Amino acid sequence: MPETNKHIGPKDFVLSVEGLTVSFDGFKAVNDLSLYVEEQEIRVIIGPNGAGKTTVLDLICGRTKATEGSIKFKGKELTKMNEHQIVHAGVGRKFQNPSIYEDLTVYENLELSFPRGRNVWGALTFRRDQEVLNKVQEVADMIFLGDKLTMQADLLSHGQKQWLEIGMLLIQDPELLMLDEPVAGMSVSERKQTAELLNRITKDRSVLVIEHDMQFVEDIAHRVTVLHQGKVLSEGSMERVQKDPKVVEVYLGH
Amino acid sequence: MNKISSLIERYQLSHFIILAVIIFIVMPLALDSFRLNMVGKYLTYAFVALGLVLCWGYGGILSLGQGVFFGIGGYCMAMFLKLEASSPENTSIQSTPGIPDFMDWNQLTELPWFWEPFHSFAFTIVAILVLPAIFAFIIGVAMFKRRVGGVYFAIITQAIAAILTILIIGQQGYTGGVNGITDLRTLHGWDIRTDEAKTILYFVNGALLFVCLFAARYIIRSKLGRLLVAMREREDRVRFSGYDVSSFKIFIFCAAASISAIGGAMFTLQVGFMSPTFVGTGPSIEMVIFCALGGRLAILGAVYGALVVNWAKTSFSESFPELWLFAMGALFIGVVMAFPNGLAGLYQTYIAPWLQRFVPEKFHWIITGRSQEENPELPESLQEEKEPSAEDKKSTQGDLSHAGN
Ligand SMILES: Nc1ncnc2c1ncn2[C@@H]1O[C@H](COP(=O)(O)OP(=O)(O)OP(=O)(O)O)[C@@H](O)[C@H]1O
Ligand SMILES: [Mg+2]
Repeated sequence: MPETNKHIGPKDFVLSVEGLTVSFDGFKAVNDLSLYVEEQEIRVIIGPNGAGKTTVLDLICGRTKATEGSIKFKGKELTKMNEHQIVHAGVGRKFQNPSIYEDLTVYENLELSFPRGRNVWGALTFRRDQEVLNKVQEVADMIFLGDKLTMQADLLSHGQKQWLEIGMLLIQDPELLMLDEPVAGMSVSERKQTAELLNRITKDRSVLVIEHDMQFVEDIAHRVTVLHQGKVLSEGSMERVQKDPKVVEVYLGH
Repeated sequence: MNKISSLIERYQLSHFIILAVIIFIVMPLALDSFRLNMVGKYLTYAFVALGLVLCWGYGGILSLGQGVFFGIGGYCMAMFLKLEASSPENTSIQSTPGIPDFMDWNQLTELPWFWEPFHSFAFTIVAILVLPAIFAFIIGVAMFKRRVGGVYFAIITQAIAAILTILIIGQQGYTGGVNGITDLRTLHGWDIRTDEAKTILYFVNGALLFVCLFAARYIIRSKLGRLLVAMREREDRVRFSGYDVSSFKIFIFCAAASISAIGGAMFTLQVGFMSPTFVGTGPSIEMVIFCALGGRLAILGAVYGALVVNWAKTSFSESFPELWLFAMGALFIGVVMAFPNGLAGLYQTYIAPWLQRFVPEKFHWIITGRSQEENPELPESLQEEKEPSAEDKKSTQGDLSHAGN
């Protein structure tokens, strides 16, 4: 992979994953995987079902502990940190199934994600001030839910729930945003809006996206990584990857 | 589905006032001093039930060992009172005067070191609040940092209650054993056994209960309260929003422990003794029943739950003592099946709408317990900007219809 190799040198990368392996009772869901994400890059991970895509995100955000390998985010080793410490370091993660607080309103969902008052004392003394209100309104407008703030979250449509979860990440202002199938279950027009949204928010951050929808991938990806059986099968521009015979074989052979 | 948000933050001032009228005016006027003292005793259990509303109802942490904290509070107070009752003059006939009688019977010749500080009333007060919190903190760190929860946590707390009971009974010389610490007389020379003293203690107890109720209300209305609700539903999401979930669980468990201990201390003062029967597994489970019956999410429900169950227990076991346990079991199962939100849910779903029919709309807030002017969950500046759509209205104002779903 000549295009990636010439960048190597840890400083250029926001995220560098090296030799990452995780084994579930002997089954290696992720196997000696290496991955480098640059600043302001939108990287898309694709691959057949069960390739280990979600597991990679789980490993980065600390939900699953790696058996081997290292994950460096801005020079910090994430494999040794707790979930909330990883979030504080600047990594945000959206789950495959919309994971929002259904019992709370859209406003409260966003407010809880606002990065202030994150310890016990802070939460007890947290006040809704203008800064919070403005930020919530700003993010809500961005995710097309500006007029739904008072709505209870479980009354939102599936697509709106996906947006809300993206909004909950945006309000944390992470430097690395990881999205697991953000447009699953969305209508065509919602997909377009989401692609626009992602292109807009990547100005100040890197984004790592898992997606099956090829049209969507083409719309947003700067570079694509193809995962197969826990390993990187191919990497590069969408065009290049689509032409790669190994990729064609995996996708058509299944 | 259980719409939690509809039950949160709905207990506004009107319901507090109604409860205050019942506790501070109706009960003292309607009951003789013996019965009033009994209600005072029931109300000490309400502290524990209130703690359970916080840690079980909101935090999702079911503890079957809250009697432990009630007991710690009760024993701290009992130790202080016992030392005062065991002055050398009062105990001159003992072989070692100046130590509690049960120690003398057990051939102790010296006050154990851990009893010494309980000569001080100030220390006792601090110990009542802090000791249970420290104990809860140790349990919390050991469990929640390792992400032990649910049924395992319930079983472990139940085991702790059992162990503590055995310990207290076994160490008779230090604890008074199975009889407990009895024959308590005065607090700083003030005789707590008179009818007058009992009436005063009843009011002190009620006032402390209200302090705890307001503290609990503050907690559940703070961001921490919303975090607890969020954690019950989606613990992972809370973690990935950057919160250390275990620290919030530890906090709410400690808060519940301290509140329970205040109840325990007031129990000792009003009843005049403390014994291991109030610490063990049985009472710990009963307290969960008070909480469930009142409504797990209702801080005021905890008080009504404690009152109703104990009143039923007293009247029932006077006539059919052997049937009481079955009756309580049946009551518990019946309530949980029919009204998962307990008396509070019953009230919100059926009684409040029914009462509203007899009252002009202007006064409905007294019944619903909700402030009528605005939706408390929405910050004012955002409310003005937004004209809520019909759909929004349905979602934010249809609380009554949600309550029982
Ligand atoms: N905690 C776990 N324990 C055991 N096996 C697991 C665990 N998590 C994932 N796996 C296995 O690892 C493999 C990769 O799963 P993963 O969810 O990462 O796939 P994916 O690429 O995200 O697939 P999809 O496209 O269906 O979302 C699967 O075979 C899965 O069964
Ligand atoms: Mg997946």
